[in-house]
Amino acid sequence: MQLATTAGSSPPAIPLVALLDARMAFGAVRALDGVSLTISPGECVGLIGHNGAGKSTAVNVINGGLTPTGGSVQYTLADGSKGNGAAVARACGIRSVFQELSLCPNLTIEETIRVPHRDLKGFGWRKTARKRIAKALDQVFPGHGIEPGMIVGDLSIAERQMVEIAAGFAEGSIPARLVILDEPTSSLDAAVARQLLDHVRKFCASGGAVIFISHMLGEVFDVATRIDVMKDGKIIDSRPTSDFTQQGLIDAMGHVASTKAEARSQTSREDRIGEEVLNTPEGLSARRGEIVGLAGLAGHGQAEALARYFVSRSAGIHHTKTPEVAFVAGDRGRDGIMPLWSILQNLTLTHLPSLLRRGLVDQKAEDTLAQDWKQKIGIRTENMNNPILSLSGGNQQKVLFARSLASSAPIVVMDDPMRGVDVGTKQEAYDMIRREAEAGRTFLWYSTETDEVVQCDRAFVFRNGQISAELIGEDITEENILAASFEMHEEAS
Amino acid sequence: MANPVTSSILQLPKRPWFWAFVASGITFGATYALTEGSGSSELISAALTFATFSAIVGIGQMFVITMGPGNVDLSIPATMTLAGTLSLKFMDGSTALILPGLGIALFVGLAAGMFNYLLIRLLRIPPIIATLSASFLYQSLAIWWNRGLRIKPPEALADFTTGSLAGIPNLTIVGLLIAVASWFILQRSIFGRWLSAVGQNTRAARLSGIPVEAVKAATFIGSAVLASLTGYLLASFSGGAALNMGTEYLLISIAVVVIGGCSIAGGNSNVPGIWGGALLMFLVVSMLNSYGLGAGVRLILTGTIIIAIVAAASGRKGSA
Repeated sequence: MQLATTAGSSPPAIPLVALLDARMAFGAVRALDGVSLTISPGECVGLIGHNGAGKSTAVNVINGGLTPTGGSVQYTLADGSKGNGAAVARACGIRSVFQELSLCPNLTIEETIRVPHRDLKGFGWRKTARKRIAKALDQVFPGHGIEPGMIVGDLSIAERQMVEIAAGFAEGSIPARLVILDEPTSSLDAAVARQLLDHVRKFCASGGAVIFISHMLGEVFDVATRIDVMKDGKIIDSRPTSDFTQQGLIDAMGHVASTKAEARSQTSREDRIGEEVLNTPEGLSARRGEIVGLAGLAGHGQAEALARYFVSRSAGIHHTKTPEVAFVAGDRGRDGIMPLWSILQNLTLTHLPSLLRRGLVDQKAEDTLAQDWKQKIGIRTENMNNPILSLSGGNQQKVLFARSLASSAPIVVMDDPMRGVDVGTKQEAYDMIRREAEAGRTFLWYSTETDEVVQCDRAFVFRNGQISAELIGEDITEENILAASFEMHEEAS
Repeated sequence: MANPVTSSILQLPKRPWFWAFVASGITFGATYALTEGSGSSELISAALTFATFSAIVGIGQMFVITMGPGNVDLSIPATMTLAGTLSLKFMDGSTALILPGLGIALFVGLAAGMFNYLLIRLLRIPPIIATLSASFLYQSLAIWWNRGLRIKPPEALADFTTGSLAGIPNLTIVGLLIAVASWFILQRSIFGRWLSAVGQNTRAARLSGIPVEAVKAATFIGSAVLASLTGYLLASFSGGAALNMGTEYLLISIAVVVIGGCSIAGGNSNVPGIWGGALLMFLVVSMLNSYGLGAGVRLILTGTIIIAIVAAASGRKGSA
């Protein structure tokens, strides 16, 4: 860190990193769509945006982890020479601290430090590592109480996050000049988070640079000198922090007016929606024929709430011809598909108890049901006895929809079911959901896409595992969802 | 496309159980060549009889293994011993008590299976550990009850287990009936469907509304009941129960599942392969015996042959 000051003292900022029209495509998905930005010594850039806006891709392009498919990334080394590529990025002193903790749980802290700090080798590297991480922890989180000899797996998630952050700032053969912090405070409590913010300010004041990604807008305002707003793979706004207000920021993140809201439902809510059919302790509720959305940023407890509700309503011991709830998986491989089976067997699974004749599966009835749904939902296959894995992802998803809708369950729980589904299939699925709702089914629908949530009759916005807002009808707008998704105030302040 | 008969014959080598039967045939041929045909009908009859024991416990083990990685029933030998000793002691040679004795044996299996499942479920012990530790309990119970007594089975029962019908040993008929019933359960009943779903993806099975816990309980109970039935039959067949009567069936029950072409990764099972594997396991040992090989060499060769069969069968699958 001390070494970094020499780089920072070189007067008007020569940017450490300069992206020029960087583009990154994964197949047909354009994760970065022409991003230009520079980061100079002494700057702390707050990078904010919705899920899937391209923040993580931008970070990975900046730290050299991804080579952009278009445009350029240029690094300026401490000695003034320029270059590009992952090796130069490392030589330039760019460090990343990720939200998904990247420490190895079976190693001690000093041992895991060796992974990013490649100069730690030879005789006595453990001792060097121990000094290095202990010093960094003392600097960033005074009074942390973490011993470098501790096994990572024994640390709490907050302590692990602290170690990871400290490793990002620790001294090494190449001093840290740009530290990228991706959601660093998501598992830290307010006091520790403030220690981090203080350190970031000090680090920048002494000539270091930081990219700070957080959904806690209060923190971003607190620490960033400049805020870049990303949406759909582009930077749509970039201004000094003082030029933004929190509300302005939220508006900037999601300013596209929703056209879907009009298309909601042909029949009026009053005709369709009946009495309350579910009510969970955490505050989820839904009525007959209602489509209830679960919104908020990804990983804020929506999927867990759905799984908990489903498991509480379907015992593992008894089976029933009339299940109360059916589940549509979004993570198909983990939660839905039976990979060894045919399309037909996958489709009929939930409804199977109703297809028995003298204790055995009635294969004719099973066939009829499958053909029926093949027509209804348009599964593109010649033969329903083909293996399920012969289908495309979208068609597999249709099979999972059919699995639940074929059952008699009055409530259908959907865990972000449109993940990786093409536009055409999505429209068909939306129509089907609306038809089923009109016929009296209730849907609990978790979606990471605002376009889908605004189609719902009611939406619950989740933040940190809890419901932070309940929106009804016309109030379900991107702005309101965003406002409820983000922490507006710094906690405990 | 050829006509259906030839095409289904051409499909045979792709069946997972095909190679177990081929290997059994070759092994039999090798023994036959050495003995120049003398005693071959006795060999077939013995193979069918002893394979029956392996096949019945193997079918139980197959159900358990179908539930996926980590699911295996190591309490089979102890359950066999406990069921065999208790039922023989109860019958005490009396013909009138044959059926109640069978009831006792099956009840032992039922209780052992429930105990295994409860260990797994309530104490959250992995199935391997739960069934292994439970097997020590069952074995101790058998020792405690048995006290080394050697009680003969009722004569009628002994006659039945050693007799045969139209050249086929009675026991083999029982074993084949069980195999057919198991095939039906696996292929046509909803339980078979559920079992396969649990084995492929337990989480997805739960989320599809399958009563996963009930399936698990039924499977462990089924395995233990089949083991206890085998114990009852084996004790009657060999003229009395012995405390070590189940020992060799631990490895055999797993080996026949693997040789028969069931997927250790779960979700996939087949009944014919169990019989193929069971015949092979017996024929290999008797072939090596008739070639006059010592115990050490015999074990080495048995292991090598099993590895070769499994490799051949899985290589076939990979190329298909």
